[in-house]
Amino acid sequence: MNPRRKKRLAIVSSVLIGIGAIAGLVLYALSQNIDLFYTPSEITSGKKETGIKPVIGQRIRIGGLVVPGSVKRDPESLKVSFQLSDMVMPIVFNEGDPVVTVYYEGILPDLFREGQGIVANGTLAEHPPTGLSVEASEVLAKHDENYMPTELAEAAGQKHEKANYTPEQLNTK
Amino acid sequence: MQFTHFSDFISMGGYGFYVWLSFGATALLLTLLVIDSKAGHKRIINHIAQHKRREDKLRKSREQRKKAAKTDDSAAG
Amino acid sequence: MWKWLHPYANPEVSYHLTNKLLPWFSYLAAIFLSIGLVWALLFAPADYQQGDSFRIFYVHVPAASLSMGIYVSMAIAAFSSLVWQVRLADASAAAMAPVGAAFTAIALITGSAWGKPMWGTWWIWDARLTSELILLFLYLGVIALHSAFEDKNLAGKAAGILTLVGVINIPIIKYSVEWWNTLHQGSTVSKLGKPSMSLDMLWPFIFCFIGFSLLVGVIICLRFRNEILARNSIRPWVRELVEQKTQ
Repeated sequence: MNPRRKKRLAIVSSVLIGIGAIAGLVLYALSQNIDLFYTPSEITSGKKETGIKPVIGQRIRIGGLVVPGSVKRDPESLKVSFQLSDMVMPIVFNEGDPVVTVYYEGILPDLFREGQGIVANGTLAEHPPTGLSVEASEVLAKHDENYMPTELAEAAGQKHEKANYTPEQLNTK
Repeated sequence: MQFTHFSDFISMGGYGFYVWLSFGATALLLTLLVIDSKAGHKRIINHIAQHKRREDKLRKSREQRKKAAKTDDSAAG
Repeated sequence: MWKWLHPYANPEVSYHLTNKLLPWFSYLAAIFLSIGLVWALLFAPADYQQGDSFRIFYVHVPAASLSMGIYVSMAIAAFSSLVWQVRLADASAAAMAPVGAAFTAIALITGSAWGKPMWGTWWIWDARLTSELILLFLYLGVIALHSAFEDKNLAGKAAGILTLVGVINIPIIKYSVEWWNTLHQGSTVSKLGKPSMSLDMLWPFIFCFIGFSLLVGVIICLRFRNEILARNSIRPWVRELVEQKTQ
């Protein structure tokens, strides 16, 4: 091999080794933090492996299922509040499960409904009547991997309707 | 058939923009890739042909120079 | 097996074999894709939650799984080139990289266009989306390395090493939705046992998937052919072929 080629090969291999090392270190450092969100039980009692618990005032993401009957929408504005509980399969909601209330002002995604998986982004706060809650600036819908034609879903007792807004509500923003 | 009118098909139940954006971007990218891959064949063949012409020219001029040098030698001798 | 495989490692034989395979792949791809896409867009039922935006599934999922499949094939080619010095393996890896990059880009674009109406956001840095974006950068790096060197052997070596380092990303993409909390849902079709969708939704998907796979075959054949010619430009058989084509 001539010296020029040798030099180029050395540069390329050191770059590759560098990239590999950086990627490895980043992945190692992130391995605890790759989770996109906290579940309600992790917010109330800390993460299972590390015990890490978010503090009041911290910006967090929370992910959970919308508790049926907990959605309260203000008829005049886009304000909405709902409770989230842990995502468990099959879906069951028990009294006494850890729940966190989410407050949000804005248009909900089309997939939002009771029993649906939701990821909300906001600050953790303590509201006297509801306990731990998240004041969300963004609400995203998480859906499952099951797809069904409408007729089949209706036969199985599952229905989905988009949230509707009046023009007055939409004007408040 | 899921749609009764052509306009229903275009609007895709209100999601038309997103559906057509997806299918359109896919079609565009794949068409460009196929065209580039096909054109590459001609490009390479032309490139090799050009290269060969240049080589032939070089060889010819080298031979001519050699011949000229030989005749010079014989003239001098 | 080596004796049987040997003639196919000959560039001239591979070139002509590729030429012979191309029309077959092309016809089959056209048939499967047109049936699959018409079925997906016109006849497949809409989802009960997602409505017609569900139709994006029929390009998003094949593109995403092919983006990983092409990477694995490229890694196998890179490995055989580095270990057994099969020259043609380099050519095939170089042919695959742009196709993989295109399909990764398609998976990201269609996913984004699906995420906006359904999740409420074009992009989120969750494990699945981030690792798929890294896959795109890996492909772009491999393409850049292949074209950065005059010496194709050296280029193949550098790109091959990067390809092999990047293989670790593939299981991360595949299992990200199981290992971590993500916004992206789990997989539908490859679930062991039975896929979580009804048959009238699954059939158009199967046609689309086979169609896109065949199209990948077509494009790789086209590019592989080009790579063989470019890498053997001083061989007499290539010279002869060029003479025939340019006359």
